[in-house]
Amino acid sequence: MLDLIENFLGIPAPLLFGQLLLGLINGAFYAMLSLGLAVIFGLLNIINFTHGAQFMMGAFVAWMLLAWGGLGYWWALLIAPLIVGATGVVIERLMISRLYKLDHLYGLLLTFGIGLMIEGVFRNEFGSSGLPYRIPPELSGAWDLGFMFMPIYRGWVVVFALVCCLATWLVIEKTRLGAYLRAATENAALVQAFGVNVPRMITLTYGAGVALAALAGVLAAPIYSVNPQMGTNLIIVVFAVVVIGGMGSILGSVITGFGLGIIEGFTKVFWPEASATVIFVIMAIVLLARPAGLFGRA
Amino acid sequence: MELTRRSALAAGTAAAIAPLSRARAQANTIRIGVLTDMSGTYRDNTGPTSAACTREAAAEFGASHGFTVEVIEADHQNRPDVGSNIARQWYDQGVDMIVDVPTSSVGLAVNQIAREKNKAYINVGSATADLTGPACSPNTIHWSYDTYMLAKSTGGAMVRAGGDTWFFITADYAFGHALERDNAAFVRAAGGRVLGQVRTPFPGTTDFSSFLVQAAAARPKVIGLANAGADTANCVKQAAEFGITRRGIKLAALLLFVNDVNGIGLQTAQGLVCTESFYWDTNDKTRAWTQRIIRRTPTNYPNMIHAGCYSATLHFLKTVAAMGVPAAKASGTELINRMKATPSEDDCFGTGTIRADGRRLIPSFLFEVKAPSESRGPWDFYKLLQTTPADEAFRPIAEGGCSLIRS
Repeated sequence: MLDLIENFLGIPAPLLFGQLLLGLINGAFYAMLSLGLAVIFGLLNIINFTHGAQFMMGAFVAWMLLAWGGLGYWWALLIAPLIVGATGVVIERLMISRLYKLDHLYGLLLTFGIGLMIEGVFRNEFGSSGLPYRIPPELSGAWDLGFMFMPIYRGWVVVFALVCCLATWLVIEKTRLGAYLRAATENAALVQAFGVNVPRMITLTYGAGVALAALAGVLAAPIYSVNPQMGTNLIIVVFAVVVIGGMGSILGSVITGFGLGIIEGFTKVFWPEASATVIFVIMAIVLLARPAGLFGRA
Repeated sequence: MELTRRSALAAGTAAAIAPLSRARAQANTIRIGVLTDMSGTYRDNTGPTSAACTREAAAEFGASHGFTVEVIEADHQNRPDVGSNIARQWYDQGVDMIVDVPTSSVGLAVNQIAREKNKAYINVGSATADLTGPACSPNTIHWSYDTYMLAKSTGGAMVRAGGDTWFFITADYAFGHALERDNAAFVRAAGGRVLGQVRTPFPGTTDFSSFLVQAAAARPKVIGLANAGADTANCVKQAAEFGITRRGIKLAALLLFVNDVNGIGLQTAQGLVCTESFYWDTNDKTRAWTQRIIRRTPTNYPNMIHAGCYSATLHFLKTVAAMGVPAAKASGTELINRMKATPSEDDCFGTGTIRADGRRLIPSFLFEVKAPSESRGPWDFYKLLQTTPADEAFRPIAEGGCSLIRS
């Protein structure tokens, strides 16, 4: 079998398996980020372009907690999403909530502007060359899988992201709170008439979506350069993931996130120069064939 | 109003240019434009600290020479189209010299414009050695470093230390290609072999693990990182994570600045070798100069580009004073020729000479990044391994293919 792969593709099988695994890891980040976006879009109808900046803030808060407060990775995993989520709540209350009656485009422009401003402030304060953040000692080291070295931390990222995605899905699909959320998405006025505080639910949903972005940021801090632009590159890809999966589809965004991570991983072997473009090519094809996305409802 | 970076830039450029029209009547003012990366990945390596160093040079030069000096700055966003527009407008509106201009693609574009307009251009921030090779110009001096010098110092030292098989991870644009090309030439000339290379999209690549695993699979002794800024930082971080360096493969960071080391952290960066032509902790003069600069930029220490902006501006102003302002403003080529005829002298680099093709000749230093235990404080990052003298550090003038040189 291995020989067959090797002969057929002209690439050593170990390398291919390695790339499959690495693609899965990148897919974990795409899935976590697009999950937050999907949750926010599903309920608020806001295309949250601040998401990349909020991902970056998660990583920076993790750094601040360590450098200024002496609190390590595990605390950051808990506290950073809460802090960044709280800033999300403030942004939603003060600004986004005023735009719900207007076209999508206004929310997009507002969140895009907020994102640029947040990145600018961080760039002024911390510069562009990044800040060091180490892998926690409990998760450093690597497993020798035979076909490649698998850093323990990356394994942790995949497992943690899968658990987060599953938990979010369960909350939304299987709990009473999730039922309210889904009902409010369909008809907010009717749900409010039943005595549910819909505006508060919307605010908390935005906060939760932002917290997911920050959580992904904390996960990314030990392996990517912690710098103000770290969200910019990622977020454009993640938007493509959401569009391919279908706007607002939670399961769709998770599956597409992992799937596209793997496709991108293979592209890095067969045609490295195109690896930054392949996802957008797929997006164009999907939009032509299924405008609502792979898992979206037309 | 449309909310894009482009419109924000247009507003910023307009604001930067507006004071010029008022000042145009004052023929006795020399204007210097710092065109640099204020918002992107090279901001700390160039950016505000380049502008601060240029201003420091103007301040130290003083006002006792019969003319005033005005320094303005703008962000080219690492885009050749944006950089060209600003350069053209600046030169048309009375800027006498443009300095810095990192990002080779932008540096080459501005090179063309300076020549068209017959103005002075001192490139400090770009790496490509083409600026004194096929693209050389009578209006341009290349000040602090280039891809050939980096390749000779870092690449040459690694081959001599036994690293004779290489794999390159290359940023897919003018700079990465030039750096890979110059390094590969040194590896081959020393009897080594290049096993392969992978070209990574720039900008837009965050995760390099796939490329690193591909590189390691080719089993080279050295992985050459022909990239810069956050790309290099990500590669170094992720190579440590994947245990690549622990398996005996060496990393060659072909362009690494002291600011990048600060961002990566000594724990991860220790043991890397890199080349710069300036390090703040070299002697009493460089230390004293650095103290003057970090008053202006307390969180970012100067590297060879920043020191180069200072040194270039100082040499430029001395030349203008010697020529007289009317003669200096009349012809960029004449001004550059006069700069080439006199050696430069300053606290950062000591004495340097400028060759006919525009290459300034200064020594290059090969450094090793210290381990955390060896570092005595913030920004104490390098130990000196080797010095290449000025006359050997750069590509021999006959080999560059510069049209200004009659062979």
